[in-house]
Amino acid sequence: MAEDAKTCLYDLHIALGARMVGFAGYAMPVQYAAGVMKEHLHTREAAGLFDVSHMGQVILRPKSGRVEDAALALERLVPVDILRLAEGRQRYAMFTDDAGGILDDLMVANRGDHLFLVVNAACKAADIAHLRAALSGTCEVEEITDRALIALQGPMAETALARLAPGVTGMRFMDVATLPGGGADLWVSRSGYTGEDGFEISLPEAAAVAFAQSLLDMPEVAPIGLGARDSLRLEAGLCLYGSDIDTTTSPVEADLTWAIQKARRTGGARAGGFPGADRILAELDGAPTRRRVGLLPDGRAPMRAGTPLFASETGGAPVGRVTSGAFGPSIERPMSMAYLPLDFAAEGAQVFGEVRGKRLPARVAPLPFRPATYKR
Amino acid sequence: MKFTEEHEWLRVEDDLVVVGITDHAAEQLGDVVFVELPEVETQVAKGDEVVVIESVKAAADILAPVDGEIVEVNESLVDSPAMVNEDPLGAGWFFKLKLDDLSVLDDLMTEDEYKDFIG
Repeated sequence: MAEDAKTCLYDLHIALGARMVGFAGYAMPVQYAAGVMKEHLHTREAAGLFDVSHMGQVILRPKSGRVEDAALALERLVPVDILRLAEGRQRYAMFTDDAGGILDDLMVANRGDHLFLVVNAACKAADIAHLRAALSGTCEVEEITDRALIALQGPMAETALARLAPGVTGMRFMDVATLPGGGADLWVSRSGYTGEDGFEISLPEAAAVAFAQSLLDMPEVAPIGLGARDSLRLEAGLCLYGSDIDTTTSPVEADLTWAIQKARRTGGARAGGFPGADRILAELDGAPTRRRVGLLPDGRAPMRAGTPLFASETGGAPVGRVTSGAFGPSIERPMSMAYLPLDFAAEGAQVFGEVRGKRLPARVAPLPFRPATYKR
Repeated sequence: MKFTEEHEWLRVEDDLVVVGITDHAAEQLGDVVFVELPEVETQVAKGDEVVVIESVKAAADILAPVDGEIVEVNESLVDSPAMVNEDPLGAGWFFKLKLDDLSVLDDLMTEDEYKDFIG
């Protein structure tokens, strides 16, 4: 096994008392001294700082100089309207494969003369190869390896970040901007992975430790590890690639149809034209056979990833499976995401999760489990 | 107080043995969010899985540290599982065992031995 890579904030994590784990080839903080529960609640009440420098940052620079050409090129890989993504805006997307499965999910920002992509750490090498293979004719595909990525999330994130970069107060959800702050140029987006208002900040590695330390010195800000990141995103109903979505799930099954704009659907201006379009459009026009749902166990035992789901308390084969499950510190109860056949996927439908040999009742619940508080 | 390699503590109170997990174990587990207790008046053998706990990270079993009969369980943990983290050596106890012979506790670790064990 190769040794885990370190982000430029590694020494800071250690100094902060982090417990480190291997994650997607990186040594990352799973929690700090406060622990998962307190870190989760702190993010919901004040502001949490996350090191997400392990994620891939990629620039697509159109050889023609026209960002529309990069947008149209990228549309060949994603079922998303990139052409109409305005300058200074960001959008959620996913790379699909020929079978209509999901290769990775990502954020795409229009930064004027280029597109800026943020992809999952575990997928970034494959994503970049995929982009180069498909888009090299029209775009330079440039992996950014000298910038850190920090997320600041929570109701006090704006107050805290504005002390270093006053320009962030004018941004709304999914805006992107280049702003001076902490002596560096910050590539800021008003977005995140917690359901909270907040920001994701790409900045030069050389400035990252001092910048993170400046934020952590503020009374509102605490460092947050991967453990709380997972319970925060699950309460927010957001998918984790590799658990809730992967090559075996289509975007329609995953209930991500909101990310597929009209222009790419049947009858749209640029309908289809992405990998797996036949299946994905057919599922949009008709219906998938199963769908990702929220699941709330009646009792207090968490139903974790892999828990088989049954239609009844005894007998029968499983009808579905939990893909993520944990205790939700803010909703104060366990919660899961699962795939279920449409017959069982209606809100309020009862299924039974088998936990330690016992079938325990749970009900299909709307996602998110906790409403988002984005500044739209 | 005596200790096991499974990070349990045992304390004799009124001829019964109270069992919980050490603060080291509670810290390693992380915040406990669910506790499933055994039935009282159950005979258990050393190594039996008697309690299930779930933390924010994972599920874990608490094993019977010695043979005996479960005579009382800490019902308050069902509604307040966080007590395991807040007071693991006190209010976070799990169950009380009745033993035929308390001398089996002599084979378990002392506090100093347990401290050496966890390094």
